[in-house]
Amino acid sequence: MMVLMVAIGAGGVETAAQNQRSGAQSGVRGGVSSNQQRVAAGETLIRNATVLTVSRGTLPNTDVLLRDGKIAAVGQNLKAGDAARVIDATGKFVMPGIVDAHSHSMMDAVNELTLSVTSMARIQDVLNPTDVDLYRALAGGVTALNLLHGSGNAIGGQNTVVKIKYGRPVAEFIFPGAPPGIKFALGENPKRSNVTVVPGRPRRYPATRMGVAEVIRDAFTRARDYQRGWDEHRAAAKRGDKNLIPPRRDLQLEPLVEILEGKRLVHAHCYRADEILMLLSVADEFGFKIKTLQHVLEGYKVAKEIARHGAGASLFADNWAYKVEAYDAIPYAAAILMRAGVNVSLNSDSDERARRLNIEAAKMMKYGGLSEEEALKLITINPAMQLGVEARVGSIEVGKDADLAIWNGHPLSVYSRVDATFVDGEVFFDREQDITRRPTLERERQQLEQLEANRPPPQGGAPPSVPRERRPAYGHDDDVWDGGDDHR
Amino acid sequence: MINQKHFTAATKLRGLLLLAALLPSLASVAEAQQTGSVTVRTMSTPTSIFVIRNARIVTVSGADIDNGTLIIRNGRVEAVGAAESVSAPAGAQEIDARGLSVYPGMIDAATNLGLLEIGAVAATVDTTEVGDMNPHAQALVAVNPHNASVDVTRVVGVTNVVTMPLGGVISGQAAIINLNGTTPGEMAVTPSAALVIDFPRAAGGAGFFSQPQPPNLTETIQTRDRQIERLRNMLRDAEAYGRAHDAYRNDSRLPRPDVNTTLAALVPFVRGERPVMFRAERERDIRAAVRFADEMKIKPIIIGGNEASQAAPLLKERDVPVILTGILDLPPREDDYYDVLYENAAKLQRAGVRFCISTGDTGAQVRDLPFHAGMAAAFGLPRAEALKAVTLYPAQIMNVSDRLGSIEPGKTANLVITDGDLLEARTNVRYLFIEGRQIPLVSRHTELYDQFKDRK
Repeated sequence: MMVLMVAIGAGGVETAAQNQRSGAQSGVRGGVSSNQQRVAAGETLIRNATVLTVSRGTLPNTDVLLRDGKIAAVGQNLKAGDAARVIDATGKFVMPGIVDAHSHSMMDAVNELTLSVTSMARIQDVLNPTDVDLYRALAGGVTALNLLHGSGNAIGGQNTVVKIKYGRPVAEFIFPGAPPGIKFALGENPKRSNVTVVPGRPRRYPATRMGVAEVIRDAFTRARDYQRGWDEHRAAAKRGDKNLIPPRRDLQLEPLVEILEGKRLVHAHCYRADEILMLLSVADEFGFKIKTLQHVLEGYKVAKEIARHGAGASLFADNWAYKVEAYDAIPYAAAILMRAGVNVSLNSDSDERARRLNIEAAKMMKYGGLSEEEALKLITINPAMQLGVEARVGSIEVGKDADLAIWNGHPLSVYSRVDATFVDGEVFFDREQDITRRPTLERERQQLEQLEANRPPPQGGAPPSVPRERRPAYGHDDDVWDGGDDHR
Repeated sequence: MINQKHFTAATKLRGLLLLAALLPSLASVAEAQQTGSVTVRTMSTPTSIFVIRNARIVTVSGADIDNGTLIIRNGRVEAVGAAESVSAPAGAQEIDARGLSVYPGMIDAATNLGLLEIGAVAATVDTTEVGDMNPHAQALVAVNPHNASVDVTRVVGVTNVVTMPLGGVISGQAAIINLNGTTPGEMAVTPSAALVIDFPRAAGGAGFFSQPQPPNLTETIQTRDRQIERLRNMLRDAEAYGRAHDAYRNDSRLPRPDVNTTLAALVPFVRGERPVMFRAERERDIRAAVRFADEMKIKPIIIGGNEASQAAPLLKERDVPVILTGILDLPPREDDYYDVLYENAAKLQRAGVRFCISTGDTGAQVRDLPFHAGMAAAFGLPRAEALKAVTLYPAQIMNVSDRLGSIEPGKTANLVITDGDLLEARTNVRYLFIEGRQIPLVSRHTELYDQFKDRK
């Protein structure tokens, strides 16, 4: 398939603006720019599928036409050009690519644990595009991830939203136009409750929920001061004052100023109802919004307060009891929050669970009686809204990015699996291809094993060296403890 | 008699005290038996009789019955069949199951349910004893019947679990329990169902990343070999111990042998009277465990079994069953196919190896059991086999298929009535029976839901 270098976006004007904004940010500190996206040129026609649009209901016997990385048409008897790839999807289901609003995949580091406020640390600096768990997520129909800093710090690092363009350079993963964000964390993890205290070594502040609240208030008090300093400086410059000395730049406080200015989304790890209310009130005090509460296991106890603030909630389907603050978690939380008017998503926080978010969504039909469409929204359009990328992904609609998966049965059935996953109109997972190439891979493996360097010592090979483990896959241990880095 | 418990060699050895007591208030028979430190006492026989009508009955062991009737009496399935072939006894409570399906309760054959409340709080964890050789550690002793996971798990249709100790080389003895009862003894189906051995391997500890691998491979292999040698010696000592005590019992003129509770606990296992569960994932460790079991003449069951399909001919030839606990684990190696564990069950089934599917979970997520089986079915395991893999097969592997795992007259009435396919995530459980008692569909989670769902 031909691949072109094209700048893409939901609309020309918006794209330019978005690129300018992200360019301005990355210009400051030399980040990965997202405006060099490659998208699949040409057409793919998916014929005669049951299309779960999510936004416009379920369409039986429907075609979906993908063109130049976008969904070009949805309807019956669609025509494509002669060069189009045509897929007969009779008896199959098409659903939007799953958006996982909480992931630590492809991250070579999760927690910068030295300080309680690490807003200067950036996940985009530690991305590993060759992480095989990305491929495994694609095989579960996932196409986008919110890569979050760990939960060890009250104010953690800056997150990155990616499309899973497995096999491509990091720059192509960055989700174009996704608003910047940051991780906050409350409760046991930032207060280091589950970490063995080393005798003679001082404990890090904070050690209580009182301290967590004060760390956040202190940081925003400093940020507001810093913002005022710059505002005054700019005003003076505008007045034409001479010989001005600008304030010293502070990379820790700059992202917090962006939060105060509504330019950076806050994704806050939290569990207990009381700490959730604490954070909402601190945010109200400083005049900013929490975009999502992550995990938010006791959020169902304060659903109306969360709705009133306007925060989204990104939950586990039914994880509970792995630590004290998870003991009151219930699988009915999504239903209660949704009915209170909160935007709810289900996330994985785990390379393993990411592969079966469809089943996590299906569980919500049992627990609280969600409809099929409500269940599907939990892993598609709702998380897309929480990440500010709903204009591009999360539903099957003309003009949206061609990020979708073809399933061999209804994706809310345990008996279904993914046949193919598309990102920007290009196939990044194809089960048939995967199986077809296995004999070749087996042969290659056998050849490698025959090489002298790989033969065991009794057969004349060199003594084996013990390979260094790759970084462990992240389970929800990230939440139990705070992220694999220091703990596993 | 209701619910006969197994008499165990270990308890015979100590001089078993059997009590048969009449509970006068309920006018029904109960039994008690001393095994180790737990008194096993069946709950009084339920007096209610139920007749379930108009149901689709998925017997698992036989054909489905489309419009069936099922009678529950004395804790058992008394009769099951087509509507016209079964007549209800007088006084039976009627359940109209039109549009619903009756299944046998699911069984998870490898959990720690009841031994752990909150993983991160050490004070609530009773899974792992100190030391390497703990054959006398009995899971049943530490099962908390009021653990919140009991209710949370059963309301999705899992009626039985094997709960087992962890750690060391000999972890202890696993129990099969009903997820109902107010004492461990009341929950017990088989108090000592199997010995659990975490078979020594060269790759470090039981957990994937729990112990960093020692840098020296030779040293690691030597450590493994030393552990296996210790294990072998201990099992041989137990054989000799059993023989010595038998001899003394037959001829009291012989010198009285010492009493050793550790060795005594091992006797029924080294004699092959009860199975030994070997935790092993890699092909070479599975083969080593089977070889070791052959050598020691013990009855092995493999738990884990991520690479069992690579040893399938051996497992089939020796009739060694596998309890798969890794269906939903990430593939162990970076270059494994993405579905290597999803399709593990299908491969074993095609190769004719006996297997069942388990969560391997500590407790809270045992309720995911049907979805582990569902994933195996999505990747090649026939659906009927997936259902058997969480009902009849674990019952057979754990030697309780005379009582559990399918719907047949005479079997324990552990039944689930659903509004859909038992393995589907969206399916609701409508009625639940354990030992013929109707179990309310409430749990810590439904209670919190009720408490907060209407908060204004």
